[in-house]
Amino acid sequence: MTRKQRYLINTSIRYLVLLLVGLVMIYPMLWMFGASFKADNNEIFSSVGIIPRKFSIKAYIEGWHSTEYTFLTYLINTYKIVLPKVLGTVISATITAYGFARFQFKGKKLFYAILLSTLFLPQVVLNIPQYLLFRDMGWLTPVLSYFPLIIPAFFACDTYFVFMLVQFLRGIPRELEEAAKIDGCNTMQTLWYVICPVLKPSIVSAALFQFMWSSNDFMGPLIYVKTVAKYPASLGLRLSMDAEVGFEWNKVLAMSIVTIIPSLIVFFAAQKQFVEGVTAGSVKG
Amino acid sequence: MGKNSAAHPGQTSYVKKNEGISDAVLKKRGFRYLLKNNIGFFYILPWLIGFAVFKLYPFASSFYYSFTDYDLFKDIISFIGLDNYKQIVETAKIRKAFHVTFRYAFMTVPLKLAFALFIAYILNFKIKGVNLFRTMYYIPSILGGSVAIAVLWKFLFQTDGLINQILSNLRITGPNWLGDSHYSLLVVSLLRVWQFGSPMVIFLAALKSVPTDLYEAASIDGAGKTRQFLKITIPLITPVIFYNLVTQLCQAFQEFNGPYIITNGGPLGSTTLISLLVYQNAFKTYQMGFASAISWLLFLIVMTLTIISFMSQKYWVYYSDEDGR
Repeated sequence: MTRKQRYLINTSIRYLVLLLVGLVMIYPMLWMFGASFKADNNEIFSSVGIIPRKFSIKAYIEGWHSTEYTFLTYLINTYKIVLPKVLGTVISATITAYGFARFQFKGKKLFYAILLSTLFLPQVVLNIPQYLLFRDMGWLTPVLSYFPLIIPAFFACDTYFVFMLVQFLRGIPRELEEAAKIDGCNTMQTLWYVICPVLKPSIVSAALFQFMWSSNDFMGPLIYVKTVAKYPASLGLRLSMDAEVGFEWNKVLAMSIVTIIPSLIVFFAAQKQFVEGVTAGSVKG
Repeated sequence: MGKNSAAHPGQTSYVKKNEGISDAVLKKRGFRYLLKNNIGFFYILPWLIGFAVFKLYPFASSFYYSFTDYDLFKDIISFIGLDNYKQIVETAKIRKAFHVTFRYAFMTVPLKLAFALFIAYILNFKIKGVNLFRTMYYIPSILGGSVAIAVLWKFLFQTDGLINQILSNLRITGPNWLGDSHYSLLVVSLLRVWQFGSPMVIFLAALKSVPTDLYEAASIDGAGKTRQFLKITIPLITPVIFYNLVTQLCQAFQEFNGPYIITNGGPLGSTTLISLLVYQNAFKTYQMGFASAISWLLFLIVMTLTIISFMSQKYWVYYSDEDGR
């Protein structure tokens, strides 16, 4: 076998593996997408094909109205939680990261060690006492029920993002900031006029991840949001699943797709930032 | 990291400058001076407050609750010592949940990482359309935590779902994946393995950063592809393997959505992970004290494993910058 032949065989094996794995990754989702347009369970469970015999959006219409409130309510609720949470995370994480990455002060090492160790603190341990804390604060009433989900974000409680931004900041040279200092900027101005513009891609990255994670969040709302009118999409979907008596899969799948479409759009609009964000904490250039 | 350490001398000289100033002057400068010298502290203050209120206090109080019979429907909390922990050890159902959680983690994490590394390795060859493939593999991990994907998973593994339809085309009768306690845990962990995208992206970035001249030198010395992979690639990316291992392990021990939605812990408790058990005890039956004790045991396990991983670093993780970062 010549060198060239071997190269060809190797390359084609690689592509074959990649395509097969890609198929395993994507096909279930495509099948789900197809199934949401299929007429009934019979058709769904009788073929592995994606394309329905007859396109019908009945499942979407019925699914949309399958619970007490329409899915519009749930989707709006989701973003009533997610958007403030993203905003809070971005502001607090940037400020905290700036403090850690650019200043010396007493106890900095200790505080940073604490910050890193909270990365490994399982949320499961905190759920119960946090619930009791929020109860004592009076945040479990239907009106305030988003507070337990949103307010901690304004205090940089998702420490992963602080860690991520510190890593990014360390890679940014300080010359600009020094120039700003000479020009008479105080640290606050430096943060706003110098750091934020330079750090913008990473901040966007953090915002995107927080957006995804909090849109997907299920356990948080499950614990704190008790009134159906306030349900975010994740709980709404679960509700429509339980409400389904004969379990018409096409309806449930249709609503599943409705809940992930915003996330998918965001993902495709900002793929690059996701890839950069995920490698931030781990790989040093 | 070099940049960072280069910047430090500047900082220390800044501090040194002040050493020559007499105490009287320092005192006169007073609070404003203190503020200016420690201004960084004020930037981390929001986080510090958040940490104290939303993390440290809950963390400490859950430790205390774990020694009480705290029940949301009872007014009096009494201290009962180690009774909760005793009860945990004596209850077969809970022992089983710990067992299941370990099986879940030790099944999911190695499979997921091996798969992520394998795919990243292939993608690292000069492949046309790398970005397309990467996107394809990454989508499941971006959406994977959502209820929608858990619903999809439940749907795929129905007795006549896609998986069994494909198997029956191959003349195999698929099992009742979700109803049979032999398979249910496998189904739930496959959902996690399927989301190998984010460790894969991290591995891929690491593989790209391995200097190519090392491979050239090795191939001149007659090392084959496998040997190069084992002797050059693996050692050089151990920091990233370590990072992925620790993060995935932490995640696996906290998994909730998948088993809760797909099987709700069943059948026969075969997918009841600790996190589900904590949820049931705390928010269904409101036995806060008992649930706190379970969660603390879980915490101790995760902490022990994390510490073991960190301590094991020196035996297998290779950091190229020896200054210890």
